Amino acid sequence: MLLPDPDQTIIDRRADIIAAMRKLVPARGEQDSVITQQSELRAYESDALTAYHQLPLIVVLVSTTEEVSAVLAYAHENNVKIVPRGAGTSLSGGALPAADAITLGLARLNSILEIDLDNRCAVVQPGVTNLAISDAVAADGFYYAPDPSSQIACTIGGNVAENSGGVHCLKYGMTTNNLLGLEMVLPGGEIIQLGGKHLDPDGYDLMGVATGSEGLLGIITKVWVKLLKKPATTRAVLIGFDTSLDAGDCVGAVVSAGIIPAGMEMMDGAAIKAAEDFVNAGYPLDAAALLIIELDGPQAEVDYLIEIVSKIAEEKNATTLKVSQSEEERLRFWAGRKAAFPAIGRITPDYYCMDGTIPRAALPQMLEAMDGFSKKHGLRVANVFHAGDGNLHPLIMYDANAEGELERAEAFGEDILKFCVAVGGVLTGEHGVGVEKRDFMPVMFTEEDLNQQQRVKCAFDPKQILNPGKVFPTLHRCAELGRMHIHQGQVPFPFLPRF
Amino acid sequence: MSIINILTDRATPKTEKQLAELISWAIQTDESLELIGHGSKRALGRPLATNHLVDLSVFSGITLYEPNELVLTAGAGTPLAEIDAAVTAAGQHLAFDPIDFGTALGTVGGRGNYPGGTLGGMVAVGLSGPRRIQAGGIRDHVLGVSGVTGRGAIFKTGGRVVKNVTGYDLSKLMTGSYGTLAALTSITIKVLPAPEKTRTLLVFGLNDKRAQTAMTAALSSPHDVTGAAHLPRLAAERSRVGYVKSAATGATVLRIEGVAPSVDARLESLKDLLSKFGPLEELHTTNSATLWTEIRDLALLRDPHRTHLWRLSTTPEAGPKIAAHILARIDGRVTYDWGGGLLWLSIDPRSAGRDGGGFVIRSALSELGGGHATLIRAPGEIRQAIPVFQPQDEALAALTARIKDSFDPSHVLGHGRMYPGV
Repeated sequence: MLLPDPDQTIIDRRADIIAAMRKLVPARGEQDSVITQQSELRAYESDALTAYHQLPLIVVLVSTTEEVSAVLAYAHENNVKIVPRGAGTSLSGGALPAADAITLGLARLNSILEIDLDNRCAVVQPGVTNLAISDAVAADGFYYAPDPSSQIACTIGGNVAENSGGVHCLKYGMTTNNLLGLEMVLPGGEIIQLGGKHLDPDGYDLMGVATGSEGLLGIITKVWVKLLKKPATTRAVLIGFDTSLDAGDCVGAVVSAGIIPAGMEMMDGAAIKAAEDFVNAGYPLDAAALLIIELDGPQAEVDYLIEIVSKIAEEKNATTLKVSQSEEERLRFWAGRKAAFPAIGRITPDYYCMDGTIPRAALPQMLEAMDGFSKKHGLRVANVFHAGDGNLHPLIMYDANAEGELERAEAFGEDILKFCVAVGGVLTGEHGVGVEKRDFMPVMFTEEDLNQQQRVKCAFDPKQILNPGKVFPTLHRCAELGRMHIHQGQVPFPFLPRF
Repeated sequence: MSIINILTDRATPKTEKQLAELISWAIQTDESLELIGHGSKRALGRPLATNHLVDLSVFSGITLYEPNELVLTAGAGTPLAEIDAAVTAAGQHLAFDPIDFGTALGTVGGRGNYPGGTLGGMVAVGLSGPRRIQAGGIRDHVLGVSGVTGRGAIFKTGGRVVKNVTGYDLSKLMTGSYGTLAALTSITIKVLPAPEKTRTLLVFGLNDKRAQTAMTAALSSPHDVTGAAHLPRLAAERSRVGYVKSAATGATVLRIEGVAPSVDARLESLKDLLSKFGPLEELHTTNSATLWTEIRDLALLRDPHRTHLWRLSTTPEAGPKIAAHILARIDGRVTYDWGGGLLWLSIDPRSAGRDGGGFVIRSALSELGGGHATLIRAPGEIRQAIPVFQPQDEALAALTARIKDSFDPSHVLGHGRMYPGV
C-alpha cells in the first residue's frame, strides 16, 4: 500500500501551521487543542487497521463548528491537508494519518444537543458515541438502530463517514437509512445543512452522498438521527448445522418464507470454537456452522415466527436448536458472536478482518473458494458472517512477526475480495474502502466510474485537501477530470438527423 | 431505421452506446435534451426550454429478479406496472410505496396498486408514499444504477447487494435528481416480502392538532405503524370508502401490517392506546387498500378551484401549525401524511398571489418547523416564474451547481428543471 508522498514544503511550514492553529483553536482550560509532541502524536498514528501507521503532522482537537470552519478555511487557503478522526475505530484505515496533514480530532464535539421524542429524533455532535445515543433515550423506550460491534467506542460522526452497519441492519438499515440531517463544513469553511427533522432531502440528495464518503467530502459537525421505539419482545434462536451448506439453505428459506429477522448471523466451525472457548456462550462445539436468528416485535409475532423459523431449520437438517427463554439467555447467545473478533485474537498473534458482500446464494461457492485460498496461502481463516445480507467477515489468522505472513494474509484477502466481486458482490459491506481496499477499486469499477466519483469529490473539495490517499487508487487533478473528452472534428452520431 | 423521429423531435436510442452518442451530439451542438420514460411526471419541476425528447422507454424489461435475495434489476424504461406484477406474483412488494401521479397531474395512470410511468421516472422524482415513515423511501431502496452521464460517458454505481459501502453512494444522488445528472438505463432496487395481512384503524372527529398528537402516540408506540395520515373532513368526504366518506368528520388513519397474529395483537394494543382520542373504526383488506391508495395518490384533494398543489416536508409536530398559518392567509385544503410531517396543500390560485403562495408557504415553514416545500401542480408559466423547489442558501446552491457540472458540465440534461441555470 503506497500513500501519496508527503509534501515536504508543508512539512517545512509546520511551525507556521502550528502557530496558526493555536490562534484558531485555543486551548480549552488546561487542555491543549493543538498536539505537536511526538510522544503525544503517537496515540493517533493509526486506527483499528493497525497494520498501517504514520505520525500525523500535528493533531488539532476542535470543540465547535466554528473552529472546524476556521481550520478548513485556513487549510483550503494554504493547501494543507486534513485527516478527520472520530474515535479511530475504522477497520479500513479511514483515519490513517499523513505526514503532511493535520489530523482533525472531533471527539470533543461530544454533546447530545437535543432529544425530541415527539418527532422521534435526536440532534447530536459527531463525537458522541453510537451507544451513548441509545443510552440517552433508553429510559423512554427508544433507541438508535444501527449497532456496529464497536458501538461502545465508535462515534456517530465516524458512523456517518463510513455508513456503518451492524448485526441489525438486515431489518433496520444502515446508517444512511437512519439519518435525517447533517451539518457539514465544506473545505472552504462554508457551513451547510442537509435535511433536518423532516424526511427526504430537497434538491440533490447530498446527505446520501456525504454518508459513507469516508471523510473525503466535508467534516460532519452535527447529525440528526432517527429514533425508533424498542420492540416489545426480542428473542433469538441458536441453530447448529453439520454443514455450512445447510446453514446457508436455512437462511435463504427464512427469507423465502417472507420473514426478515432483526438479525441473522452465521459462524463457521473455527469461529464457533474460538468464541465458545472464550465466553462459554453454550455453542455446539461439534457444529460446522451456527446461525443466530433474532426476531423482534410484539410477543405474538415473535412466538409465531420462532415456530416457523424452527420448522424451517429442522427441514434444513439442523442438528441443534435452542430458543432463548430469557433476556439473559438471548444476550448469552450473542455474547459469543459479539466476542468473535477478540476470541480469534486469542488463538492467533494477528488477524486480518475482511468485509466483502456477496449475493447470499453464492455462499457455498464462496466458502469452498475460501478453503482453497486458505490452503494456497497456508493461513487459517475463521468466518463470521452477517448471513441475512450476505456480508462476510473472514478473519485471516497470521503472525506479523513471521517473515512474509502479513503479505500472504493480504494476498489471501485480495483473493477473497476479487471472488466477492466475481460472484456479483462488492469489496466492502460496512467497513469502508479507506486505504485498505483502495487499490482494489478497479476490480469493481471502470476508470470512468471512478472518474465520476472523483468529479463529485472535486465538487465538494476542489483542492482535494480532505483525507488524501484514501478510497481512490489513482489521483487526478480536478481540472483534468473536469475536461470533456469529445472527439473533435468528427460527428459521433453520423446517422442522427438534425432536430 | 433511424432512432430519431423528426416530426416529434423524439430520439429513441436503442443501446447505451447510442444513448452516449446522442448525448455527445447534444454536447457538441449545444442542444438541451429532456429525458422521458412514459411521460407521467413531465409536469413536475420547472418547464424545460427544449423540444428534444430522449425516449428511454426502450430500456425496458426485468433483467434480474431473485426474490430470495430481495433484489430486482430492470431497465429504467420498465413500466412500474410490470415490476409490480412480477413482485406481487412472488409475494413481495415495493415497500417505499411510489406515488402514482396520474390522478394528481391528470396524466395516464398505471394499473394495479403502483403508479403508471417507469422505474426510471420513479427514481428521477424520488417521491415516496405513506409507508415511507416505516420502510424508508425510494432513496433507501435503490441499490445501484447504470446509465450515461451528461458527459456522454457510460457509468455505473452501487451494486446488487444491500450492504455496500464501496465508493460514493451516487445512486442516492440520482434519486430525486429529475434527470439532470445522468440518463439512467438500468436500476437495481431492494424488494421486500409483502405483508400477509393489513388492517387500518380510523379515529374520527379529531382536529388537526389533536390528530397529530394521536399519530405521534401511535408512531411512538412499539406497534410498528406503517402509515399515519390525517384527513380533515373535506378530504375524508371524497373517499370511496364508505366508513370514511359518511363519517361527516375528519378521519385519522393508521395502518398495521404483517403476519396475522402480529397484526391482530398490535391492532388491539393500538385501539387501547387511541380509544381516548375519539370513536374508532377498523378497515379490513379491501377498504384499507382503497383508502391508502387514495391517500398515496392524492385522490382526496381533487378540487375544481384549488388547483395549485404544494408538498411540504417538515417536522411532524409542526405540521398542523404550519397548515393553520397558511390556510389563514390562502384559500386551500390540506391532508397530512407521515404522522403530520408531510403536508399536501391544494390552494386556490386566485387567493395565492402572483407567487402561487410560495412566500406564505415557505415563510410558515421556516418560522414554524423547518423543511421544504415543492410546487407539485401549477400551470407551466407559474412553475417557470417561481421557485418550484425550495430555494437554497448561497453555499448549498453553489455546491448544487458544482455537482451538476461534475456530471453534466454542458447542461444538456434537463437544463433548468430543478433550479434556473442548473
